[in-house]
Amino acid sequence: MSAADLAGWSNAAVYAAMVVLTFSMIAFAATFSARGNRVSPDARKTPVTVGVGADSAPSVRVDPAASGQPTTAPPIDERGRRAGNVGLSLAWLGFGLLLLGAVLRGVWAGRVPWGNMYEYSLSSAVAILGVYLFMSLRRDLRWLGVFATGATLLTVGLAVTVLYTEAAQLVPALTSWWLVIHVSAAIVSGGAFTIAAGLTGLYLWRERAERKGRISGAVARLPQAVKLDTMAYRILAFAFPLWTFAVIAGAIWAENAWGRYWGWDPKETWAFITWVIYAGYLHARATAGWRGRRAAYIAILGWVSFLINYFGVNLFVNSLHSYAGV
Amino acid sequence: MSTPPASAESPVEGRLIDPASTPPSGPGQSAGSAGALPPLGAGGFARWAWRQLTSMRTALILLFALAVAAIPGSVLPQRGIDPILVREWIEDAPTWGPILDRLGFFDVYAAPWFAAIYLLLFISVIGCVLPRTGVHIKALRTPPPRAPRRLSRMAHFRTWTTSPDTPGAQTSAAPASTAPASAASVLDDVEADLRRRRWRVARGVDDSAAGEQPSGWVSAEKGYARETGNLLFHAALIVLLIAVGYGAVFGWRGNVIVREGNGFSNTLTQYDAWGGGRLASPDGLPPFSFTLEEFRVEFERSDTERGSPRLFEAEVTARAEPGAPEVTEVIRVNEPIAFDGAKVFLVGHGYAPRIEVRDADGRLVFDDAVVVLPQDGNQTSIGVVKVPDALPQLGFQMLFLPTAAVDDVRGPFSSFPDADDPAIFASAWVGDLGLDDGVPQSVYRLVTDAMSQVGLEALRPGQTWDLPDGIGSVSFTGWQRWASFQIAHDPGKEPALIASGLALIGLMMSLYVKRRRVWVRAADGPSGVTIEVAGLARTDEADLAADVEQVAGVAGAPEGKSGPGQASGERLGEDSGMMDGQNRTGGRR
Ligand code: HEM
Repeated sequence: MSAADLAGWSNAAVYAAMVVLTFSMIAFAATFSARGNRVSPDARKTPVTVGVGADSAPSVRVDPAASGQPTTAPPIDERGRRAGNVGLSLAWLGFGLLLLGAVLRGVWAGRVPWGNMYEYSLSSAVAILGVYLFMSLRRDLRWLGVFATGATLLTVGLAVTVLYTEAAQLVPALTSWWLVIHVSAAIVSGGAFTIAAGLTGLYLWRERAERKGRISGAVARLPQAVKLDTMAYRILAFAFPLWTFAVIAGAIWAENAWGRYWGWDPKETWAFITWVIYAGYLHARATAGWRGRRAAYIAILGWVSFLINYFGVNLFVNSLHSYAGV
Repeated sequence: MSTPPASAESPVEGRLIDPASTPPSGPGQSAGSAGALPPLGAGGFARWAWRQLTSMRTALILLFALAVAAIPGSVLPQRGIDPILVREWIEDAPTWGPILDRLGFFDVYAAPWFAAIYLLLFISVIGCVLPRTGVHIKALRTPPPRAPRRLSRMAHFRTWTTSPDTPGAQTSAAPASTAPASAASVLDDVEADLRRRRWRVARGVDDSAAGEQPSGWVSAEKGYARETGNLLFHAALIVLLIAVGYGAVFGWRGNVIVREGNGFSNTLTQYDAWGGGRLASPDGLPPFSFTLEEFRVEFERSDTERGSPRLFEAEVTARAEPGAPEVTEVIRVNEPIAFDGAKVFLVGHGYAPRIEVRDADGRLVFDDAVVVLPQDGNQTSIGVVKVPDALPQLGFQMLFLPTAAVDDVRGPFSSFPDADDPAIFASAWVGDLGLDDGVPQSVYRLVTDAMSQVGLEALRPGQTWDLPDGIGSVSFTGWQRWASFQIAHDPGKEPALIASGLALIGLMMSLYVKRRRVWVRAADGPSGVTIEVAGLARTDEADLAADVEQVAGVAGAPEGKSGPGQASGERLGEDSGMMDGQNRTGGRR
C-alpha cells in the first residue's frame, strides 16, 4: 500500500465513523423518546451508605419516581432498550473506525497522530468516545450515549471541516518523547473532562427536576442526581491527576526545548487556569454549601477553560504552542 | 446490651477525625462564622482573621482569584515574553496603555497583586495543613475507637449464629489443639487476618449487663494514607513554590548568537543578553566554552507544509573549562547539552552574509560575516553593516533573502527558508555613524541622523557594487549560518520537579485511597457464637461490601451477602457515636 493510499484509507475510516456514529446517536436518542415511563434502573432504591449519603446535598432527595418505588425493577421499555443496544454497538463500531483512522494517519506520517490540530482533534474524539465506552463496560450508560456520540461527532466534524491538514513531519521542536507522553495524557484527560462535563450538565438538569418535583419525560430516564454527581466526580478524580501529570510532562518538555520549564506562555497559562479551577471543584465538593450545584458549575467552568486552551489559544493567540499547524 | 453513656465513646471518636475534614477543633471548622462580625479586641480579631484565611471557603475563593488573575497575562502581551509588542500596545492605546502598565498588566505574573493572591493562598495552605498534620499524626498513633453498640445500623452488616456443627465442632477428629468455635477464637482469627492485611486493629470487650455473656469486639481501620497523601500533596505545593522562587532568585539565563566557525566562552561580556535573579552571580559562571563548527538545517520541500523546518542541528566542539579536553557534541532543539548546572539550548538560527567593503582607495576596510535577523518563517532577514574605518564613514542596511523573490505588492522577499538562491538588497549610507558620542548603539540598527543615502542595489553572491562617486565598493562574497543559544541555569528546577512528583503521588493517594472501618462483635451463647460484622466508609465512594465479606469469611460466615443494616438509607443517628460521616458536611464551611 502506498503512502497516499494510507492517507485515503485514514480519511475513509474517519468518514465511515462519522456515518456510523450519526446512526448511533439517533439510536441513543430513541431510547429517550421511546414511549412508556421507564424509570432508569439506577433509580431503584439502593441503600444509601453513610459515606455517600451523608454528603449528598440534603435537598435533592425528593424523588417521587424513585422513593416510592418497590425494590423490584419497574417494567423496562423494550423498544427503548433495544434502541440503546443498537446505539452502543454502533458506538463501538464507530470507535473502531475512528481509532483505525487515527492509527493509519499516524502510520502514514510515520509518527504519533497528533502533529497538528486536525490530528489532535481526531485523537481527542477517540479519547472522548473511548472514555465513554470504557465506562459503559462496567455499568449501563446508554442514557449518556447521546451526549458521548454527539460530542465525538462534533469534534470529528470540526476536525474534518475546519481543521483538516495534510499530514506532515513534525517540526524539530515537536519530535520528543515528552511530546508523546504530554499530549497523550492531555488528550485522554480532555476526553474525560468532556464526558464529566456532559454528566455534570445532566446532573444539573436532573437536580433541577428533582428540586421542583417534576420528573417526567426524558429526565425520568436519567439516574438520580446524586448518582450523576458521583459519576462525574469519579471521572474527574481520574482526569485531574492525569491532567496534573500532563502539565508536569509539558513542563519537562518545555525545559528541554526552550530552556525554561514554565514561562507563562498562553498555553501554559490556560493549562494552569484549568488546573486551578478543577482543584477548586475538588475543594468545593468538600466544602459545605458548595457541594452539589455550585461544585457542578465549577466543573463546567473547568471544562470551558480546557476548551479555551484547546481552541482559543491554538487558533487566536500567538503562542509558542501555536506551531501545531492548523 | 446496655447503651453506654454517650460520653464513653465520643471523646475517642472526637479525636479521630474524618481524613477529609478538618478536626472539630481545627481551623477550618470555625469558619462557619464567616458571615459573623469579628470579635472585638486585637487578639480576638487576629484569631478571627486567621481562621477566615485558613478556611476552606477562603481557599476556594483564592483559587478562583488566582485563576481569574492569570487570564490577563494570556490576553495582553507580556514584557517577559515580548517587550516590543508591549511597547507597541501601549503606544497604540495612549489612554489605557499607561494605566494598565502602571497596574502591572504587562507583567502579570510578577505583579504585586498576583503575588498577593498566591502568597495568601499558600499561607492559607500552611495554616490549614499544619494543624491537620498534627491531628493526623495523633490519629496514626491512636488505635481505632471501640466498636459502636449497634452494628446493625451500618450500611454493610451481617450477623449469624454458629450452630454446634459449624467449624469448631466439625473438626472433632482433628487434634485437640483445634480451637473450639468460641467468640474469642473467632475474634483471634479476625484480628490476625486484619493485622496481616495491614489494618489498624483494636480489640476489646463490651461491658455487659448482669447475667449476660460479655461480647468481645474487634475494631479496625484502614486508609490512613488518604490523609497522608492529602497532606503530602499540599505540602509539596508549598515546596514547589519555594523551589520556583529559589530558581528565580539564584538562576540566570542569557542569549548569544554564534556564527559558524566562531566560538563562545561563558563570561558575561560574551552574551548578547543576560539576566539573572537577584542573587545570581554573574562572576561565577561555569567556565565552559564552545565553537560552532557547523549548523545543519533541513526544510520541507514537498508542497505540504513547504518550508517547515525538519532538522536543526548544531555541531559544536566544547570544553568544560579552559584546558579541559575538547569534545564534539551535537545540540538539537530538544537536546540541550549541560555544563556544571548550566544548560545550552538551541533556540534559533539564521544567516550571516559575508561582506567586504573597500574605501575610495580600494583599501579593505571591512571583511566579516554579518548576522542578519530573520523576520519571517522564510528567513527574510535584515541587518546592517557599519564601516567606521572608511572615510567618510559608510553604513549599509541589508535585506538578506535566502531564496530571493520579488512581488509587486510586497517587494523583495524570501520564498523559502533555505539558501537556494540568496540575494542581498543593500542600501548604502554615507556620513557619520554616530559611534563616537558614547551612546551605545544596536548592531542591528543604523542611526542615519547624520548620514545620507547614496543608493540601492541588489547583489548576488560574488557580485560587487561600486558605490556612486567612487566612495568605495561593497561585495557580497558568500554566506554562512548562525545559531542562537539560550544558556540557562535554574537551581530550582530539580527541587521543583521532585516537588511536583510528590504532589502527584500525594494527590493520587488522597483521591484513590479509601478510608474505611470494619467491626466484628462476637458473643458466646447457649446455641453457638453470635457474630456481627459491619463496615463503614469514611470517605466518598468507598465500597465496603468486599471488605465486609472478607472479614465475614474469616469469621466463618455462611454463604451469603451482607446487606444494609436496619438504619440504612438514613443518616446515622447522633446516638451511634459515629459522627465522622457527618463531619464531611458539617466540618468545614
Ligand atoms: C494552592 C492552593 C491549593 C491547591 C492547589 C489545593 C489543591 C487540592 C486538591 C487538588 C485537592 C484534591 C485532593 C482530594 O480531593 O482529596 C485538595 C484537597 C483538599 N484540600 Fe486543598 N489545595 C489548596 C489549598 C488548600 C487549603 C488552603 C486548604 C485548607 C483550608 C486545603 C484543604 C484541603 C482539604 C481538606 C482537602 C481534602 C478534600 C476532600 O475531602 O476531598 N487546601 N486540595
